[in-house]
Amino acid sequence: MSSWTIIQQSLPVFIKGFELTLWLSLIGIIGSIIVGLIVSLLQYFKVPVLHQIASVYVEISRNTPLLIQLFFLYYAFPVIGIKFGAELCGIIGLVFLGGSYMAEGFTGGFNGVSKGQMESGKAIGLSRWQLARYIVFPQGFSLSVPAMAANVIFLIKETSIFTVIAIPELTNTALDLIGMYYRSNEYLFVLVIGYAIILIPLSIVLTLLEKRVRYGSFGN
Amino acid sequence: MAEQILRVEHLEKSYQKKHVLHDINFHVDKGEVVTLLGPSGSGKSTLIRCLNGLEEYQKGTITFEGKEIVPTEKNWQQIRQKIGMVFQSYDLFPNLTVMDNILLGPTKVQKQDKFAAKKEALDLLKRVGLQDYANVYPRQLSGGQKQRVAIVRALALHPDFMLFDEVTASLDPEMVRGILNIIQDLADVDHMTMIVVTHEMNFAQQIADKVIFLEDGHILEQTPSKQFFSAPQTKRAQEFLDSMDF
Repeated sequence: MSSWTIIQQSLPVFIKGFELTLWLSLIGIIGSIIVGLIVSLLQYFKVPVLHQIASVYVEISRNTPLLIQLFFLYYAFPVIGIKFGAELCGIIGLVFLGGSYMAEGFTGGFNGVSKGQMESGKAIGLSRWQLARYIVFPQGFSLSVPAMAANVIFLIKETSIFTVIAIPELTNTALDLIGMYYRSNEYLFVLVIGYAIILIPLSIVLTLLEKRVRYGSFGN
Repeated sequence: MAEQILRVEHLEKSYQKKHVLHDINFHVDKGEVVTLLGPSGSGKSTLIRCLNGLEEYQKGTITFEGKEIVPTEKNWQQIRQKIGMVFQSYDLFPNLTVMDNILLGPTKVQKQDKFAAKKEALDLLKRVGLQDYANVYPRQLSGGQKQRVAIVRALALHPDFMLFDEVTASLDPEMVRGILNIIQDLADVDHMTMIVVTHEMNFAQQIADKVIFLEDGHILEQTPSKQFFSAPQTKRAQEFLDSMDF
């Protein structure tokens, strides 16, 4: 069989994997942004106890590989009676990892707001909360856009690790097909194209967004 | 005797080991214009930043409008509405239009009626010649225009007292005059009480009722302006004046 026939025949399976990768990424990213936002707010307002817990979470999450986090969720948790399906495991793992990266991104943005801005806000009598609401958050979010963009790309690529817990996303689909038919070149080719279709346009859009934020209404 | 609006007694400030303000004592009467002069690093900015709580001080008291300030952040929040401050670096909020920069304090902090506050903001903008710039963002303004907006932003809160911290120091020379005229106008027309930190000696001479001369965190003299510029009491002040080009 020619390479093209192999590729053509595999396309329906790949499309399923492609959709799953997209879907898991989307949920994972949204979840990560929510967790990241909560964590960064706990840290910004130094909420007693919770902000220490948030810091411990960030350290654990950032300093362990996703692969190990997934093994833990998938193989170790059932031992103590907590059991998730593979896809849920994947999403929880991705959010656990992404949440801390997003939190660091937001925190970096908040910290990037200059001292002069804080002082001139204080000088007109703004309270701590008003300072956050009208000055630090709007400026901080736009400062954190480049970090957010990098995290989004990073998290999508990390979904390829889901293959170790047998989630049939793109990478898993390719490896499965190679295992069955031994046509590595063809399947790996489709795999690369699959990721490129998601990531290249996304990367372009995010770069445009970064530029817009930099030169847009928040520019100085 | 004129009413004292601000009184500073035995103020001491240090950063870790470095003592930057030593036993500062002075007062400002209502309607009085005080300029704070002294070489760079003498503690002028630090001193006026202490007066609206942007710097902590370790000892001494500040009494404002008859009440000794208990220096907690909450109290400062209230007092800052009465003590306006303009900075060298303007520090307009880049995420807000000129109008929103001005309205933030009056409407969010003081809960003034938005419509009235807006009308007043437009009047103030008109006064500084920027009535056509209400809806632009700070990045579209020149340095001099930014500084004028910063002054309006402070005035919109109806302060009783204004602090100007080297407000012309980062402006192009041709912009300086405009800003100084606005400050002069505030003194002459509104009889605003103010402390002005400046390196513009001509301006200081013109506007000040009293000069406080600071060196190494000590007040070396406080003298009526006329006397300071014609016959300063200390040798250091004389040397300082000689070194300035005016």
